[in-house]
This record gives sequence, structure tokens and C-alpha cells, in this order.
Amino acid sequence: MEGWDPNTKSTLTQIPLLTTKAGPRDGPAWTQRLKEEYKALIAYTGMNKSNDNDWFRISAANPEGTRWTGKCWYVHNLLKYEFDLQFDIPVTYPSTAPELELPQLDGKTHKMYRGGKICLTVHFKPLWAKNCPRFGIAHALCLGLAPWLAAEVPILVDSGMIKHKDDAASSGES
Amino acid sequence: MEVELKEMQDDLESLKRALSDPNHHPLILKLQERVDHLTNLAKSATTRRSKVKDMSAEVVDSNPYSRLMALQRMGIVENYERIREFSVAIVGIGGVGSVAAEMLTRCGIGRLLLYDYDTVELANMNRLFFRPEQVGMTKTDAAVQTLSDINPDVVLESYTLNITTMKGFETFMESLRNQKYCQTKNGTGVNLVLSCVDNYEARMVVNQACNELNQTWMESGVSEDAVSGHIQLLIPGETACFACAPPLVVASGVDERTLKREGVCAASLPTTMGVVAGLLVQNTLKYLLNFGQVSPYLGYNSLKDFFPTMAMKPNPQCSNSPCLERQKEYMLAKPARDAAAKAKMEAEASLVTECPIHADNEWNISVVDDESELETTDAHTSSDALPTGLVRELPSADDFQKPPVPEETGNPIDDLEELRRQLDALNAD
Repeated sequence: MEGWDPNTKSTLTQIPLLTTKAGPRDGPAWTQRLKEEYKALIAYTGMNKSNDNDWFRISAANPEGTRWTGKCWYVHNLLKYEFDLQFDIPVTYPSTAPELELPQLDGKTHKMYRGGKICLTVHFKPLWAKNCPRFGIAHALCLGLAPWLAAEVPILVDSGMIKHKDDAASSGES
Repeated sequence: MEVELKEMQDDLESLKRALSDPNHHPLILKLQERVDHLTNLAKSATTRRSKVKDMSAEVVDSNPYSRLMALQRMGIVENYERIREFSVAIVGIGGVGSVAAEMLTRCGIGRLLLYDYDTVELANMNRLFFRPEQVGMTKTDAAVQTLSDINPDVVLESYTLNITTMKGFETFMESLRNQKYCQTKNGTGVNLVLSCVDNYEARMVVNQACNELNQTWMESGVSEDAVSGHIQLLIPGETACFACAPPLVVASGVDERTLKREGVCAASLPTTMGVVAGLLVQNTLKYLLNFGQVSPYLGYNSLKDFFPTMAMKPNPQCSNSPCLERQKEYMLAKPARDAAAKAKMEAEASLVTECPIHADNEWNISVVDDESELETTDAHTSSDALPTGLVRELPSADDFQKPPVPEETGNPIDDLEELRRQLDALNAD
């Protein structure tokens, strides 16, 4: 965990760790894991709200809890940039981490795999592997997506690859 | 196009007749030759060979299998035609997978199952197989197009799906289990699975599927800097599975930043990919047609042209539960395996003893049993035993630490619906 800022570290320690090692093909054990995922997400979302650091919405898109959709946003130069967020729980979960996708940014940065999957290889995958099965979706968002947004959104904005929705609307009108 | 060329030929003929000056004739003759050449090219482009019923060893130009059947005459392969009975699944039709598929197609493999969810891009053109005009097609469709042209005898099945998703995985498993075309001992419909994917997640999925199905498979990979690669044979229960050893970054604790330069996309070379595909298919042919030695692991370091080989035993504490089941089955089958090996040895030995090597024994030399035979067999039964004088650096591990039992009383809410509502409520504002 060297190289992580103290804020992220302290947030991370407050997200409940998970205990059940089960994937979507494990029947009742997966239901148990899903409950733990929800508890961690509820704790993390609540913590973000109370710290005035709310930055995502995520909810299961199917009853099995294998597909998740929502939104995430990042504030840069006092402007809020919002993106769709989606991912599948892989069959080998939690041995392998979910591949977080921001489909609207597909093709706009090379730190992304096809289909808008953000690159987690360097900063997150080793951490996930070392902490299997204790890390869950909430940890993936905290340690995978948040640093990616912090690193990439400013570059994307400054290079003109993405525009704020107000700017885009006004330039569209003119 | 052929019609046009024919008209052109006629025009040239009438032009030749109309011209009174014979000095122009050589030029027209040259033009006519060129049109003939183009006509021949156009013809060969459209002809597609028909299916062949039996593989023939007859040496004629028109026999697509004569050079392969010659392997029998050379004493390399006992029965090459068996290749038509085999089914091979190739997961990932990229730089390695597509070339492996072409090689197997040209070898006349019975059936190929192809899996990929990607489309062909111009960025793929530094590798072999795909052509620029196929850009935009799915890799599976483009592969079927090319492969069926090369060898219409091969049965091709293509699956455009992502095997890491639940739905994709189910289809993947079902297609491997489908026994309509061929049946194998372990109850699947394929003889071998080749993993030619480019990421850890997909490899873990192939590993999961093959461990569950008790399906032998081969793994292949090319490093991100494009100068080294490897192939590995995985027999569930018998050799290490892909999850038996943790990835280097996890095992050694090195910072992966030192392994991968940030922000640089993976490099690839047609050479390294072609070499790895060649090694993979060579090992496949040896495995299927039963010749030579099948390598359990073969590395390729192109900078030093170093080809290391090794074998890996399964990890008795592997985190993959089907792997542990397969290991148990393999242990239980040991007596039968030993008996078979012994019978084979005896059969070979009896062949040898039938004729004594030396008729006379002037010096009365005789072979006696090793005194320590009992001792050595003891050592062999426990595979962990080390020769005297050697000690292991690390203590042998205990059983896996059982994760602490979740304290249900600590959190009163334990209803999935209730939890879902709570998160929705948090999401609402």
C-alpha cells in the first residue's frame, strides 16, 4: 500500500472487509457474498456522503447480482464530469477482479481496454489478488476506479477529449 | 471479371488484324500474354477445392494431404489420418490463436471450435493471418471465412462471446460438453482446449472450465514486450493448474510498475507470435497423434534464443476447488496407473529377455539387486522425501487458515432485499 495517499488509506480501513469466497456460480454462498457486498457498499456510500465526497451510484442490474450499472463523477476545475459506469461479475470472481467499464470514454484514452474497460493492471490488480477474498466491489471502486478518474479525467479535459456537458451543449447550439 | 478479360482479348485480336504495320505486332502479343496471365489469376481466385472423403498418401500435386501422410512413411506418425477424428477448441483468435487455427486447419484437423468477442482492427495487421479487408468483421467470422477457403474438410464452429461473463461461460461449457461430433473419455466433446487469450482473467476462466470438466488443455502466452513467450500443458489433477501458483507480482511482492511501463500499450511481433503458435501446435500434434515427447512447459526467450522446459506438480493447497478434486481423483487412480506401468515394463522386459544379449559370459558377470532397494522404494512412496543431507528452506505449510466465521449477530440485517433497499435509498439522494 505504499504510494497511496493517507486519505484513501483511512477510507479503505473503514470499508468492511468481506469473508465469503464465492462467485456467481456458487449458489447459496454467492447470496451470502452478495449480502457482504451490499454491506460494504452501503458503508462506503454512507461514509462518502458524510464526508461530502459522494462520487458514484451503483446498483445491481439483475436479481442475481452479476451485472451492475450506475454512474460516477469527478470534479475538475469546479466542473463536474459524469460518466456511465457498468461491469459484470466474472465467473471466476473473487479470484479475479471485476472489469470496470466506462463505455462513454471508449477509444478516448489508451489507458483502457476495448469496450471501455479501465486499465487496472498496474495500480489495482496486484492489490486485489493479495487481498482475495476480503476485497469486494466497494474496494474495487475505492482503489481501482477513484485513482483512475483522478489521473485520467484532468488529462482528458485538458486535451479536449471530453467536454463539460454545458460547454458541449453551448458549442452545439452555436 | 473473366468476361471483361475475354472481351479485351477479342479486341486485341481485331486490333492486331486491323493494323497493317507488322512492327506493332510484338507489342500486341505482349499485351495478349498479360491478359492471359490475368485470366489465369482470376480463375484460380474463384476455384475452391471440393471436400476430400479420405486422406490419401498418393503423391500428386492435387492431393492436399500427400506431404502430411508422408509422416507415416517416414515413421514419425503411426496413423496420421486419425487427425480427422479430433476436435480442438481455440479460445482467443488473436496473434497466436488465429495462426494456431490456420496451422491445424492446414493439417486437416477434424473440427475446430473458435471463441472470441473482438473485431479485426488495423492495429492487428502487424501480426499474421488477418487481412486489411477484414477490418470490422468479428475475428471469429473472419477466421471462418479464411479457414474454410483453405481447407473445406475442417468442421468449423465459431462462438462470438466473452467467456468471462456468466452467459458466455455457460455457452462455453455447453459447447465443450457437446458430444455430437466426437466423444472423449472424460465426457467432453473436445480432445484439447488451446488457450490463446491475452489476459489473466480469461486464463483463469479457461482454467476453471477445464478443471470442472477434467479437460486437458494447453496455455500459451507472449510477453508484453513481445520478445518472449511460453506454452504449457495442463492435465487437471496431474500437473499444476493455472491457479496453483500465484502470479509473480503476488508471490514475490515486487511492484508491478517495474514489470510494466505505465501508459505504454503492449508490443507485439509477428515473429514471436508465430513461433509461439508453432510451438503450441507442434505440442498439440504430438499430444493428439502420439509421437515424440509432449512438453509440460516450454519457454521461449527470443533475445538469447533460450528454450527452458520444466514440469510443475499441482499445489495441494490450490485455491481452485475443482483442481483439488481432480488431484484427489488422480491420487486414487495411482494403483491402477502403477499396475499399467508395471505391466508395460514387464511386457518390454520379456521382449528383451527372450534373446540374451551375450551368449557367453567369460568373466561370470552377473547383475545383482541393489541392497538398498527396500529403502529406495520407501523413499519413493513419500514423494516429499529428500536425499540425506538436504533440508527444505521453508517449513511445510499447515492447512489453510480457515476464514473466521462471519459474526451474524454483529449485524442484525441479513436480508438481501433489505440490503438492496438500503443501498437504493442511499442512491436516491
